[in-house]
Parts: sequence; C-alpha cells; structure tokens
Amino acid sequence: MSERIDVSIEHKHAPPEDGGRPHPNTCPGCGSHYRDDELEANLGVCPHCGHHFPVHARDRIRQLSDEGTFEEEAAELRSDDPLGFFDLRPYTERLAEAELSTGLGEAMVIGRAAIQEQPCALAVMEFGFMGGSMGRIVGEKFARACESAAERGVPLVSVTASGGARMQEGILSLMQLPKTVCAVEDLHDSGGTLISVMAHPTTAGVLASFASLGDVIVAEPGALLSFTGPRVVQQTTREKLPEDFGRAESNLRYGHVDAIVPRPELRPTVARLLRLFSNGA
Amino acid sequence: MAREAELRLRDQLSKLKSLPLLRGARLEGDLERLQRQLDHLVAEPTDDEIWHSVELARHEDRPYTLDYIERILEDWFELHGDRHHGDDPAVVAGLGRFRGRTVVLVGNQKARDTKERLRRHYGMAYPEGFGKAMRAMELAQRHGFPLISLVDIPGAYPGVTAEQHGQGGAIARSQALMARLRVPIVTCVIGEGGSGGAIATALADRVLMQENAIYTVISPEGCAAILWRDAGEARKAAAAFKPDAAHCLELGVIDAVVPEPEPGAHADYDEAARLLGEALAESLEIFEGVPGDDLCRQRRVRFRTIGQVSATR
Repeated sequence: MSERIDVSIEHKHAPPEDGGRPHPNTCPGCGSHYRDDELEANLGVCPHCGHHFPVHARDRIRQLSDEGTFEEEAAELRSDDPLGFFDLRPYTERLAEAELSTGLGEAMVIGRAAIQEQPCALAVMEFGFMGGSMGRIVGEKFARACESAAERGVPLVSVTASGGARMQEGILSLMQLPKTVCAVEDLHDSGGTLISVMAHPTTAGVLASFASLGDVIVAEPGALLSFTGPRVVQQTTREKLPEDFGRAESNLRYGHVDAIVPRPELRPTVARLLRLFSNGA
Repeated sequence: MAREAELRLRDQLSKLKSLPLLRGARLEGDLERLQRQLDHLVAEPTDDEIWHSVELARHEDRPYTLDYIERILEDWFELHGDRHHGDDPAVVAGLGRFRGRTVVLVGNQKARDTKERLRRHYGMAYPEGFGKAMRAMELAQRHGFPLISLVDIPGAYPGVTAEQHGQGGAIARSQALMARLRVPIVTCVIGEGGSGGAIATALADRVLMQENAIYTVISPEGCAAILWRDAGEARKAAAAFKPDAAHCLELGVIDAVVPEPEPGAHADYDEAARLLGEALAESLEIFEGVPGDDLCRQRRVRFRTIGQVSATR
C-alpha cells in the first residue's frame, strides 16, 4: 500500500504540545507520531497498528472520488440561530468559529462525483464542525443530496461522522431526523440507492436516522456506532461495558452493519457497490 | 437586542391569536388559558416558568398512555411482542374502537410504583419496543385502520443490551415505516417528548402537544451536562432550548396545542382525556377520505419543510 513510514523511537510518544491533549498526529492506539504528509500518504491510517485517524470532509472526498470529478452543491447554505441560543457562548459565535477552523460552511459537504468512473452523489460529514452535529442546514443539505441523486438517477454515498443532533437548534434539530428519513424514503421510491459509510463516530441522531437506512452499510474499523455513548450508558445504568461497546466490530457481530472496510479498501469497495447497484448499466 | 425580543414576541402573539382552537374544547376556558399563556410570553417567561412546564410534564401523577386508553377507547385489545424475541413493557400497542371505528394505538408507558417502574424501565423503550410499535403500524396499514400515537418517553433506553439490539437502527426504521404508511397518523405528545425515542413514533400527518407537555432534542440535564458542563444547570438549558408547547407551535414543529384542565392533566384525568379525545377526533376527521398516496406525500412534505431556513447568512 505504501512505503515504510518512520515509526522510530524518537517519533514515539511525542509529548503533548500544550501539556494536556495528545498531538492530533500521535496515534492513540500505539503512540506512534507522524508528520502531516506521512499521515496523508497513508489516508490517515496508522501503518504501525491500523488505527484510523479522523478524516476531514474535503480529504475524504479526495480519497474517494476520481480526481477532478467532485462538484460541490449548496455550498452557500449557512445556519442561522432560530432560538437565539446562548449557553456559555452564543451559538452564532460557535458557528463562526467552526467555519474559520474548518473552512467549511457547515458540518456536511454535498455534491456530485465519480468513483472509479461510476457517477454518484456524495454527502460527507465533517466532525470538526461542531462535532459533526446535525442542525437544519445539515438536514437540508442531506435532503438536497437525495433529491439530486434521484434526479440524476445515480446512487448516493453518505459518509457520516457525527455526535448527533445540534442542541443549539433545540427541537428543530430533532426534526432533522424525520426530515432526512423522508428524504431517503423519497430516494428509495424513485428507485435510488443509499450507500451508508459510517466513520468514527456515528452516533445518536445521525445513527437514528438516515445513516441506518442505507441499502448497504459499511463501517470503518474501530468506529463508535452507538445511539447512546459509552459514558452516558455507564453513568445511567452502572452496567459494566464490554470492551468493544458500540464499536463497528460489535455492530457487525450483532448484525447492524454489512461490512467493516479498512480505509485503503474503501474506494474500491464503494466503486464495486456502485457497479452492482447500477446493474451493469 | 431588547427590540428584537419584543418584535419576536409580538409575532408570537399574533400567531397564537390565530391558534387553531380545537372544536369541542370549552372555548371560554381555553381562551382564558391562552390569554394567560400569552401574558406569560409577553412577559418573556422566566427560567422558573419554563422549568415549571418541565416539572408538570414529568409530574408523577400525570396521566399515562393506559390512563387515556381506558378513557377514550372502547374494546381495547393490547398486543404483545415484536414477533422476534421480546415484549417491551415500555411501549403499549393495540387495537380499540375510537368513536365507532377501529384504530391502532401505540404509546409509551411509564409507571407510578417502583416495581412497575422497573418493569417498564421508566418508560424508556428498547429496540423491541419500537419493533412492537412497527408491528402494530404494519397491521394498521394492512387493514386501513388510522394510527394514533401517544408520546411520553424520557428517551430511548441507554443500555448495553439496547445498543446490541440496535437502538439507533430501530428508531430510524420506525420513522421510515411511518413515512410509508398510507393510513392517517395523528400523534400527541402527552408528557415528555424525549429525543430520538419520541420521534421514532411521531412522524405523523398531524402532531399535537398537550399544554404542559415538553418536546426536546435532549433532556435538559443532558444538555446542561454537555454545554454547561454541569447537569445542575438544567433550568438554564431548558430556558435556552424552549421545549414548551407554545414555542413548539411557534416553531411549526406541532400543529395545535391540546388544552389541559387546571392546573394540569394530573388534576383531572377524565377532563384531560375528554379534551385529548376531542383533539384526536378532530385531527382524524381532517384526513377522512384522503387517498393513502396523498397522505404519504403530504406527510413527507411536512417534515421536509419544517423549520426550513429561508435566508442564507
């Protein structure tokens, strides 16, 4: 897959930059540390232990689609603040900050693309934008991606990474669950296909809506795919959690996902599915 | 900022004045109640007032689904089990006669004494519960019976087994099934409309909310723990995300508010049930004779357009 990556001893257990959190390029699995270009060359997978680092939406699109084929849609959409929500900081400030730090207008990027020459629509989530939370614009973008796929008669590929609904939009964020569900139903009624790729983490409102409605669901190794997160389950029930609670591997065992696909195999796997669903057309 | 708030409130006021009053409700009393709600709104409800609605929605003497069923349905026959591997006591489903016609009803069920609470795990459904609801919905579809759903759930059960049995997928598929049903669906939130567990059975043609019910994306405690990093700040969280019926109406999330007897449904079960029954009957009447395909299409459009953002920033 790639040339040997330097995991020599001086690169291991790099000290956290600011004393607290470990460096984002330090593998939480084995402590190996990588330069940006090393990680990029490996699609964000630790060559030493196979840990899957988070992938930004733009990088994911680059990894999946044929070069130069992606055309973004609805990029102009931005959230407003329907409730005038203020917790420790105003919601509008959090939105502006998220846009600055991610370079994205919202937690989902949609558009048209081709994967190994198979045309499709893409809806890719960005966890870095307020935890990939689903508010009204994420719901709207997903619905538009479904409509665009139906209009063009191509499958929709979604890649999810989300902590759930966006609390700052209150009950309106809960309404994005039925909204995206209805969009998938419309897509299915038109004969369309949804291929759902669940990346780490796909939880709560996103797991409980469109992500679980894929005709095929594939997950990345080690991804947390649970409606309720482990900490809340632990605190509420005092149950002892299994080691792999909510992880992709556990979901495969219990029958909730079709396959676990390591990132280097994701593009060919999705392309194969696209070919199968296009039925040789 | 202050002017903006005032403008918003005036807007609310005019909207509330055109609030679809339910026929059969005692008009004078309802108007008086609404006026009082308006006065509260104009005065910009305090954190304490919004918290009061949270407390009423969770009141331990508040009527639960089975209390309403015995008052508004005849010949109730309860169904058990999801036909896979379990029967979840936190969800009730069954057949009954409502004003002379057969309907299917699904609802969340809480309990009052400790033993019963444990048995029904505090009204928090497992995937098996949503499976039972789905089975009842399919039955309604097969026989052309209207579907009534009563929502009163703190949230879907947060446990290891529930996750292993596919909590997220169950909630998604229950909604998907409701989006496909070709029979009329009316939902009323009668207590706590808690998050995914609530929306699992609330994808309806018409969504009602009792005056003192709440409808939330996350519990006030959960929101406070995350955003304020202190579950004790639940009052602030509730005030910020506005879970009360008047606000849900204003946001277009529900279609009408069902009045309750004073000072809340817990004070008079019979009157609360009468008012709920009137509201459900009125709602079902709207969809009388509407072809199934139209119902289905309109229902999807309703949820496609809720809270749509009109302008871009």
